[in-house]
Amino acid sequence: MSSKLLRLEVNGHPVEISCPPERILLDLLREELNLTGTKRGCDLGTCGCCTVLLDGRPTLSCLTLAHLAEGHPITTIEGVSPPQGLNPVQQAFVEHGATQCGFCTPGFIVTGTALLREHPHPTRDEVERAVSGNLCRCTGYTKIIEAILAASEAP
Amino acid sequence: MSAVPPAREELRLLGSRIPYIEGPLKVTGRAEYTDDIKRPGMLVGRLLRSPWPHARLRSIDTSAARAMPGVYAVLTGEKYPTPFGVLPITHDETAIAVDKARYIGDIIAAVAARDELTAERALAAIRVDAEVLPEYTDPRVGLSPVAEPIHRRGLAGTNIQKEVLQHFGDVDAAFAKAAVQVRVRGNFAGVTHAFTEPMATIADATPDGRLTVWSATQVPHYLHRSLSEVLGLPMHRIRVIKPEVGGGFGGKSDPLPHEIVCAALAIETGHPVKILFDREDVFLTNHGRHPTQNDVRIAADADGRLLAYDIEALIDGGAWSSFGTVTTYYNGVLSMGPYRVPNFRYRGRRVYTNRPPSGAMRAHGGTNIRYSIEVALDELAEKLNVDPFELRHLNALPPNSKTVNEFRITSTSFRKCLTVAREKSGFAEKWRKLPYGEGVGLGCGFYISGSNSPIHFTPKMPQSTVHLKVDMDGGIAVHSMQADIGQGSNTLLAAIVAEVLGVDLDRVHVQRVDTDVSPVDLGSYSSRVTFMMGNAARRAAEQLKEKLLHAASVLTGYPPDHLVVAHERLHVRHRDDIGVSFLEALHKAMETSGALTATGAYNSPPMGGSFKGARAGTAPAYSFAAYVAQVKVDADTGEFRATKVWAAFDCGRVLNRLAVEGQIEGSIHMGLGQLMGESMNYRGARLLNPALLEYKIPMPFQMPEVECLLVGDDDPEGPFGAKEAGEGPLIATLPAVANALYDAVGVRFYDLPITPDKVVKGIDDRQHEGRPWKGA
Repeated sequence: MSSKLLRLEVNGHPVEISCPPERILLDLLREELNLTGTKRGCDLGTCGCCTVLLDGRPTLSCLTLAHLAEGHPITTIEGVSPPQGLNPVQQAFVEHGATQCGFCTPGFIVTGTALLREHPHPTRDEVERAVSGNLCRCTGYTKIIEAILAASEAP
Repeated sequence: MSAVPPAREELRLLGSRIPYIEGPLKVTGRAEYTDDIKRPGMLVGRLLRSPWPHARLRSIDTSAARAMPGVYAVLTGEKYPTPFGVLPITHDETAIAVDKARYIGDIIAAVAARDELTAERALAAIRVDAEVLPEYTDPRVGLSPVAEPIHRRGLAGTNIQKEVLQHFGDVDAAFAKAAVQVRVRGNFAGVTHAFTEPMATIADATPDGRLTVWSATQVPHYLHRSLSEVLGLPMHRIRVIKPEVGGGFGGKSDPLPHEIVCAALAIETGHPVKILFDREDVFLTNHGRHPTQNDVRIAADADGRLLAYDIEALIDGGAWSSFGTVTTYYNGVLSMGPYRVPNFRYRGRRVYTNRPPSGAMRAHGGTNIRYSIEVALDELAEKLNVDPFELRHLNALPPNSKTVNEFRITSTSFRKCLTVAREKSGFAEKWRKLPYGEGVGLGCGFYISGSNSPIHFTPKMPQSTVHLKVDMDGGIAVHSMQADIGQGSNTLLAAIVAEVLGVDLDRVHVQRVDTDVSPVDLGSYSSRVTFMMGNAARRAAEQLKEKLLHAASVLTGYPPDHLVVAHERLHVRHRDDIGVSFLEALHKAMETSGALTATGAYNSPPMGGSFKGARAGTAPAYSFAAYVAQVKVDADTGEFRATKVWAAFDCGRVLNRLAVEGQIEGSIHMGLGQLMGESMNYRGARLLNPALLEYKIPMPFQMPEVECLLVGDDDPEGPFGAKEAGEGPLIATLPAVANALYDAVGVRFYDLPITPDKVVKGIDDRQHEGRPWKGA
């Protein structure tokens, strides 16, 4: 299959790249754009490690064709991180010990950041529901939920 | 009673909630895992896996694959046939199957190609002529001689990989005089680690004759050894680097065949090669908790004093040995705490089957046997009509005691765990008093804090070594082969050094594990890191402190023993106005030697009996646990959830409260998973659910509230009094919830996982038999 020119917006920057139609967004981000903060955990849409924002909404990049992202701004973990320091969700994850092995963490951060943008003061239930597409095997989610709630209360 | 314990050392940093030092890198996606690494000219490595459970490989035709453009190498088993395995006594794996394939998923060929698609096409072009052999999937069948044993090393034509027989005291006599007996026959499905990062390895064989391997491993040192043995390269020409590891839980503790294959492909092609697993690869590689059947008989006197355990275990090993010899011992001997048991008999057998190999998984060997014992003790308490806490108090091993199989027990705060768990949970007000469908239960735990017996004891060397180097910039570089896989050992290492030297944590830089520069530590398994690395780190830092005190003495004119370390300063005791800064002392000390260096090492003291297998389960310390779980059951659907767990845990002195809580919460999640639904499901030899959609780990809404009750007294030999908290916290979860289910609906469960259908059936059976839902 022949490649075609793809015009994307990634983390606020325009990207033009030649890309075969079957290319998966996760592969494009990791392999072509070197945005390796987005993780590959299952390739089947079950673990949430590859979560990115498409139009500000959490999306599984391993189930998304790169071409379908045309016209929809993409934000990766690199895009939710400020140039210096950490965003409030990231800060809370560090302080609350919500990251252990860290492999699922970018997905949770992206999901949690998007949640707080849309619902600045979610309930515990809303946080649990928002992250229910992300698996974590280290923390039992306890400190992840705590951290997102704490970030929502940050001034 | 014993003398008043010495006052606890006052600590500045340790004991608080210390955020993980690599946290900022992990929350921004900047932490580097193996798959994030790229090398120039890197090829893709792919593995051809056996579609047969058991087959003789007559011939493998790779000519078509080799001829394909873009294919750099095709490997089959005969090129590197040296057997290996994590235990030196059971080397029964090869990098690629040599004569036989032993399970669906066994590696039978490998390809290196310019890209994924080419590699996949090359695999499809490999022709294998195989003779299908009888398959063995039931460990009971393998106990007798079989037509085609899976390995030649099986006992007398059977598939038995290991048999353990132990008898201490006189079990039959104890049962003959027992006032009461209970028996539990447990059946446990296999479960797997389900870490989020799939295995990945990169290898690069460079023209200078060296091989560099980056791999997601828990034990860089064992990988280093195995690469050397199988590839025939001396260890000093191999360099193993451990990037960040996205979870292990035991699943990345064996040296794994794909790691060796990756290195072999790099040698064959002269290019860097990456092998990245997909999720099915991860499930087929497995090494998870063994499917197990156990039979536990317990005898007690009329007061509830334990007289004897008589235990049998039948363990499904899968295709290889892995840690299996240890597993076979542990399924018996880890029953020897936290209670005093004067007579003990054990027969354990681990049998090869044509299924993915089982191995070590968090609380290895201690989980299934503990479940059966703790459920049996709940039954015993009921028979004797005593409170389950009283029964355990009565039988608790005291500090500084010995078990009948000669485990040395030093510190134990088990009784304190019981007292606190009972109080905080309100057990007395709830047990047998909650409405139908709600209940509370007690389960206890006991685990090794590091194995006294290193897997490799040649040459004789310390189990952990830590190197420190501090140059004029005042930054302290820490090197050790201990492997942080998310549990926070890098943070603990840094904090111990900072504590001893009085410096800020940001001065301490824990270096990535790199066998060229990291001194040997045996890595992350058997809950050994805090205890062993912690002691080594402390010793190294104490040496550096001596050098700094000496320099401060020269500068102040006071003798070194009049000086103390304070925050970023060294000063005269009780006179903080007379002193020098850390940097002033450092620069003075450097005048004669240049950069300061120090080495600390730890080896556990000799222990254990002199009988066969006496070392299995010996540890320089043990952790203890008493958990109360509260559950809520929907009796119509059989669905249940644990609503709260009171986790009283003895890990000695808590060094990083944040990390210990994280280990307990994560352990409870993993324990609940095994109890409530995780299961490796097979049809014959075929794994039916090699994906995270079908192999379900608990979701956030299934997690109970967890109250961590950290009550441990200082351990006399642990670093600053600490013991393990990485694996022991899992064990008590399962029986606590199961015993709570009994309190809630009056049904005992011996078959894990406890899926809703089993709950409904259990309730139906109880009602048909006319038994009341609560004992009284």
